[in-house]
Amino acid sequence: MTEKTALILLGCPQVPVQTSMALYLVHGLKEHGIRPVIAGTVAARKLMEIADPGRHYLEEMADLDDTIDEITGKQRDFDLCFVFIHNDSGVAYAGTMSYISQARVYALLFGEHAEDLAKEIEFPCEVVAAKAVHNPMPLKRKLDEVMQWAAVSKR
Amino acid sequence: MGGCLEALKPEILFSQASFKEARDYIKTNIREYHEVEPGYKIFDVHIIGVPPLYVGVEGEDLVFPYTKPCHGTFVVKVAGGEETARLRARKK
Repeated sequence: MTEKTALILLGCPQVPVQTSMALYLVHGLKEHGIRPVIAGTVAARKLMEIADPGRHYLEEMADLDDTIDEITGKQRDFDLCFVFIHNDSGVAYAGTMSYISQARVYALLFGEHAEDLAKEIEFPCEVVAAKAVHNPMPLKRKLDEVMQWAAVSKR
Repeated sequence: MGGCLEALKPEILFSQASFKEARDYIKTNIREYHEVEPGYKIFDVHIIGVPPLYVGVEGEDLVFPYTKPCHGTFVVKVAGGEETARLRARKK
């Protein structure tokens, strides 16, 4: 049986909860035997790398553009894709992933305008939204429910 | 701007917009435009967004949306070169 993989697509790291929630998600996925690959801007990835110097959680880190290039070029794809969203660009990236990838896409919306941004999503994906800026707990609670489900679901 | 786009010496026509505003800008201001799928590549740049996405042709130039994770979507104009013919040759 081939190993299940998940792409974690980080947005702009402007909102504090993103790095913490992404590390938490990586941990949860690995606990379920799913191999996480993290793609994002240089700053978003550096925040993750600095927070995990011993590489207890992080495995593969990838450039955002390179990852999109590989997926559109049919060189690579994932079983699951989690897109962190707190602005319009995040919605645009999630919409792109929903179109180019065969993965089941999860839109993780957070920040001050999470609920409003969720209304903008009109493409196939699972929406997880919580107004979380500094305190990750509202998003963590919702993500816990989704991760249980994601771990057992097929594509 | 990203490294790949910067090499194309883009003219920025509209900045820090939403992807929907960028779509409307192209549709309203560029007479010839073609619908492309998310991830469509122009030179080394992928078009990011939710369908419908448009790429415009203005003389020798291409006009398209360019999304940055931290700064929203820009509408940029670059010399089209062979990409214009490829765009026009796509099946409708």
